[in-house]
Amino acid sequence: MLASEKDQLRHEVTTIAKRYEFHRSGLMPALQHVQRAYHHISPEAMQEVADIFQIHPAEVHGVVSFYSFLSTGRKGRFIIRLCQTISCEMADKKAVAVQLENDLGIKFGETTPDGMFTLEYTNCLGMCDQGPAMLVNDEVYTKVTPEAVADIIETYVKKFGAHVTHEGGEK
Amino acid sequence: MTRRKTDLVLFSELTVEKALKRALGRERAELIGEIRDSGLKGRGGAGFPTGTKWNLAGAAQGERKFVVCNADEGEPGTFKDRVLLTEYAEHLFGGMVLAAYCIGAGEGIVYLRGEYEYLMRGLKETLASMRERHLLGKDCAGKKGFEFDIHIHLGAGAYVCGEETALIESLEGHRGEPRNRPPFPVTTGYLGCPTAVNNVETFITALHIVEKGAAWFKKFGTSKSTGTKLFSVSGDCARPGVYEFPMGITVANLLKEVGGEEAKAVQVGGASGRCVARHEFGSTIAFEDVSTGGSIIVFGPTRNMLQVAKNFMEFFAEESCGQCTPCRYGTETLLEGIKLLEQKKCPMKYLRELVSLGETMQIASKCGLGQSAPNAFISILQNFKHEILAHPQGE
Repeated sequence: MLASEKDQLRHEVTTIAKRYEFHRSGLMPALQHVQRAYHHISPEAMQEVADIFQIHPAEVHGVVSFYSFLSTGRKGRFIIRLCQTISCEMADKKAVAVQLENDLGIKFGETTPDGMFTLEYTNCLGMCDQGPAMLVNDEVYTKVTPEAVADIIETYVKKFGAHVTHEGGEK
Repeated sequence: MTRRKTDLVLFSELTVEKALKRALGRERAELIGEIRDSGLKGRGGAGFPTGTKWNLAGAAQGERKFVVCNADEGEPGTFKDRVLLTEYAEHLFGGMVLAAYCIGAGEGIVYLRGEYEYLMRGLKETLASMRERHLLGKDCAGKKGFEFDIHIHLGAGAYVCGEETALIESLEGHRGEPRNRPPFPVTTGYLGCPTAVNNVETFITALHIVEKGAAWFKKFGTSKSTGTKLFSVSGDCARPGVYEFPMGITVANLLKEVGGEEAKAVQVGGASGRCVARHEFGSTIAFEDVSTGGSIIVFGPTRNMLQVAKNFMEFFAEESCGQCTPCRYGTETLLEGIKLLEQKKCPMKYLRELVSLGETMQIASKCGLGQSAPNAFISILQNFKHEILAHPQGE
C-alpha cells in the first residue's frame, strides 16, 4: 500500500467514523466503504480501521471474516452472485451457472485475470418467485436465462471496460 | 409485479399521515392496549405477541430507547418484505413512529439486508419526504415534544443476523453472533438500551390496527392467530408471488389459490420450517398448527425430496455462525449424512443416529438457527423415507 493511498484510506474511514462519533457501530459502514472502494479489505486497511476506531485489529478481522460481503482477498470490480437457494435451484440455476463459467472463463470463487468479474454463489436473494436470480454488485437480475448471461456481462464490460487500466490499488 | 392480493389488512387502504396523527393524539397505554387486544403476533416467524413486547419495552427504564426494524429477510423462499419495502415504505416508517411513541423511543434503525442494497435509495427518499412533512424529526407527526427519526443500517450477507440479538450485535459493529437470552432486547438491546425489534410486516400491521381497531383485525384469522399474513409463494405453481390470506387457511386452499394443486409437498416456513406432505394438506397455517414467517415453497410431483433436504442443509452449514457446537458441528454432520443417503451408502443405524442428532440440535442449539436447522431434514425423512431409500430405477 502506497503512503498516499494509506492517507486517502485514513481520510475516508475517519470521515465515516466521525459520523458515528468513533463508536464501534460505525465499523460496519466503514468496512463496507473500504470493500466497495478497494474491492477487498487488506491487512493494512484493517490495521488502519482498527487504529481509527481504537480497537484491536483482530476485532476488525473477526468482523471482516464473518460477513460474506466483506473479504480479505481481492475481488473483481463486479461481483456476480448467483442465488443457489432452493427456488432458484428448482428454476434451473445450474444452466445459468454453467453459462456464467463458460462466458467468463472462470469457476465459481474465482476472479477474471483482468480484475473485472468475480463469480460467487450466494444464499436466498428474496427473488424466489422470479428465479433464477443474481446480483451484480447491488443490481439485481431476475429470470436469468443462459442466453441472457452474455448480454449482462457485456453491459458491464462496455460501461466500464475503458477504465479498467486506470484501476488503482496494489495488485 | 409480484403482489397478488390487494385487500384484507396489509394491502387495504390507509393514509399514513392521517393514521399517525390520529394515533399520536391518543394515550400510549391505550394504543398498546389496542395492539394487545388485537392478538397481533410477530410476523417474522417467531410469533411473539407485539403488544406484550411494546409494553415491556415501554415499561423498561432507560435514558435512550430504540425501535429497530428487522428487514434482514433471509429465510429461503421469503420475499414479502422486499415487496413491502418497495411499495409500502411509508407505511413501515409510520409503524415505526407508532412503536416509538408507544415505548418512548427517540431513535429508529432499519437493519436492511446487504442483498437489498438496491432498495436503499427509495427508502432514503421516503424518509426525506416524511421529514419534510414533519412525520419524522421534532414534534413528530404533530405531537408536541415527541422527537423521533430513523436511519438505515446495511447488513453484509449473514442469515443469522435475522435473529434479533445477532442483529443487535451486528448493529454494534460485531460479528453477528446471537446473545444469550435473557436479558431480552426489550430491556437490554442496542447499546444496552431497551429496544423493540420487529419485522417489517409487524410494524405495518400495527399501524392498520390502531387506525381501524382490534375488533376489525380480529374478524380475520383464528382465535389464536388473529388477522392476516403475507405469504411469499414460489416453486412449482402457476402463480408465484406475494399473497395476503387470513391466518388459518389450509395448505390445500392455499395451493388452489396459487395454482399448485399438483404438489407432492410444500415447505412451510422456509429452510427452518417444516415439509408438509400431501396427506397433511388439510393442516392450517397458523401459530397453533403449521407456523410460518410466510415462506411457501411448492414441490411438484417429480421433485427429488432428498435434493431439497440437501439444498436446505447446505444452506444451514454455510450460514451457521459457528458459535455453539450443536449447530456448527450438527449441520455439517447432517449434510454428510444426506450425501451418504444420496450415494445409497447410509446404514440404517446411522440414519437413526442422524435423526437423534437432529433432535439434540433442536434442544441444545443456542439460537433459532440451530434449533430449526434439522426441521426440514427430519420432516422430509419422515414423509419421504420410502422415496429416499428406494433404489433409482434403471440402475
